Amino acid sequence: MSAFEIKDVYKYYGDVHALDGVSLKAEEGKIFGLLGPNGAGKTTIVRMLSTLLSPDKGSATVLGVDVTKEADKVRRSIGLAGQFAAVDEILTGRENIEMVGHLYHLHRKEVKLRAQDLLERLNLADAADRPVKTYSGGMRRRLDLGASLVVRPKVLFLDEPTTGLDPRTRLDLWQIIRDLVKEGASILLTTQYLEEADELADSITVIDHGKIIAEGTSDELKRQFGGDVIEFQLSNASDQDKAMRAVAAIGSKLPSFDDSTLSISIPVRDGSKVLAEVVRALDAAHIEPALLSLHRPSLDDVFLSLTGKKTEATEPAKPHGKRGRK
Amino acid sequence: MDRIKHEITDTLVITKRNLLRYVRLPRLLFFSSIQPIMFLTLFNFVFGGAIGSNHVPGGKYINFLLPGILTQVMLFGAVQTGIGLADDMGKGIIDRFRSLPMSRAAVMGGRTVADAVRNVIVAIIMISVGTLYGFRFLHGFWNAILMVLIMVIFGFAFSWVSAYVGLSSGDPETAQLASFMFIFPFTFASAAFLPTATMPHWLRVFADNQPITLVANTARHFSIGMPVAPHTMQHLAFYIVGILLVFIPLAVGKYRSKA
Repeated sequence: MSAFEIKDVYKYYGDVHALDGVSLKAEEGKIFGLLGPNGAGKTTIVRMLSTLLSPDKGSATVLGVDVTKEADKVRRSIGLAGQFAAVDEILTGRENIEMVGHLYHLHRKEVKLRAQDLLERLNLADAADRPVKTYSGGMRRRLDLGASLVVRPKVLFLDEPTTGLDPRTRLDLWQIIRDLVKEGASILLTTQYLEEADELADSITVIDHGKIIAEGTSDELKRQFGGDVIEFQLSNASDQDKAMRAVAAIGSKLPSFDDSTLSISIPVRDGSKVLAEVVRALDAAHIEPALLSLHRPSLDDVFLSLTGKKTEATEPAKPHGKRGRK
Repeated sequence: MDRIKHEITDTLVITKRNLLRYVRLPRLLFFSSIQPIMFLTLFNFVFGGAIGSNHVPGGKYINFLLPGILTQVMLFGAVQTGIGLADDMGKGIIDRFRSLPMSRAAVMGGRTVADAVRNVIVAIIMISVGTLYGFRFLHGFWNAILMVLIMVIFGFAFSWVSAYVGLSSGDPETAQLASFMFIFPFTFASAAFLPTATMPHWLRVFADNQPITLVANTARHFSIGMPVAPHTMQHLAFYIVGILLVFIPLAVGKYRSKA
């Protein structure tokens, strides 16, 4: 059986096609990475699988159970944690977790034990009896995750769990996520960070504008990209058009330009041979690159070539605050 | 059987969560009371003298005024229900609850019950302050209890209206504005603060039959033994039951389908 499955699902908000014919299927006991920029449809998929909204067309199941027809049955086997820690600020960490335990109708004693266990495991034991409003962002996120783990869910939905966290806190969360999978959980992890998908996910699905545009393991996606990447940085932004024309015919696909770093990336089949060609072409066009490199493609490159834009992760972090709603 | 048990236990869990707010942040209770105390003080000392003791039932204006102000307090309290729910929604807490295998009515139930408990406390504070200003129950102890009870039930019913407004509006500011737009005209075009006798006929017909007048006059019946128009209590009961029958399903439906 699959951990979760979506079959030809459409979801509209007025004229916006949040999901435009999406199908996906995740194996049990693995981390399924869902990668895409803001507004690509990642959160819509998470909300659908966690019974918060129904598809307009198509079907979604978790462990073979339909999320619309048997929502309560699905809810008993899932956990949901997200980018916006959904915890009560006035309550203490312990009270937050215990409240969720009671709402799962666990036995009173079990709730107490489980809360203590989770607080220790998530390194919140010292702060357990302090109101959440005194917690740091990372602590809130861990508590949010803790609340979703109360019933040891078989399937866990993590919607951008590390967005906005500092690198160390992110690494801590990665370890927790890996441990959960070792214990047998199946995880849907959405992220804007390619590095995160690369590091954690057993398989990666790339989504943009409500459509799946690529899927496979991290290696498969890189291979699909075809070969290597030659990247050079312009010392002068006005050279962009000239440089793009000069190298247009060289790569296996068209080159792409990143205006935040002024660099041009060219996907190539046989990097070392073509490198000389790029140098000659730039020389002929009287362009002196500031930096020139040949490397294996990163998921960033794959994403760039698939969507024509960088992931949001490279843009300045968005300010924290209100949950965006459509 | 389990389902009914869970409806109740889930509601209690959420009620406890909401009441803990008032324990942890006593200033919330303070500010819930300070505004009505201000109203009570201003109305009593600004209007009280001009109205004189012969023009209102109960002998003194404060005896007439306090049940009216309490009615307003219950409505303001009800507005908090919607604001609280909209706030929870904005913070994603409602999403968490909706992803749990819990009762679909408990989140609103727990909020309306907690707000009813808060209303009892605020009512007791208001009655105490009113007593300092000369208010007295003139119709016996049990009728005094009945007055508080009818107030709180009325507030509870309006909390469900507010819950629906809060879940529909989606953010606390809109929920508040939307609610006050109705509350002010309704409380002033009623017998909450003054008898309706001097209003123009068209306004009086409206004022005499709308629920705020009905509940204020019923409360006066229990507190000071004021005679009420026939069928006042039946009409009030009709309103309260009607509101609950309409707005509980509406609010729960909104909660279920919130996309």
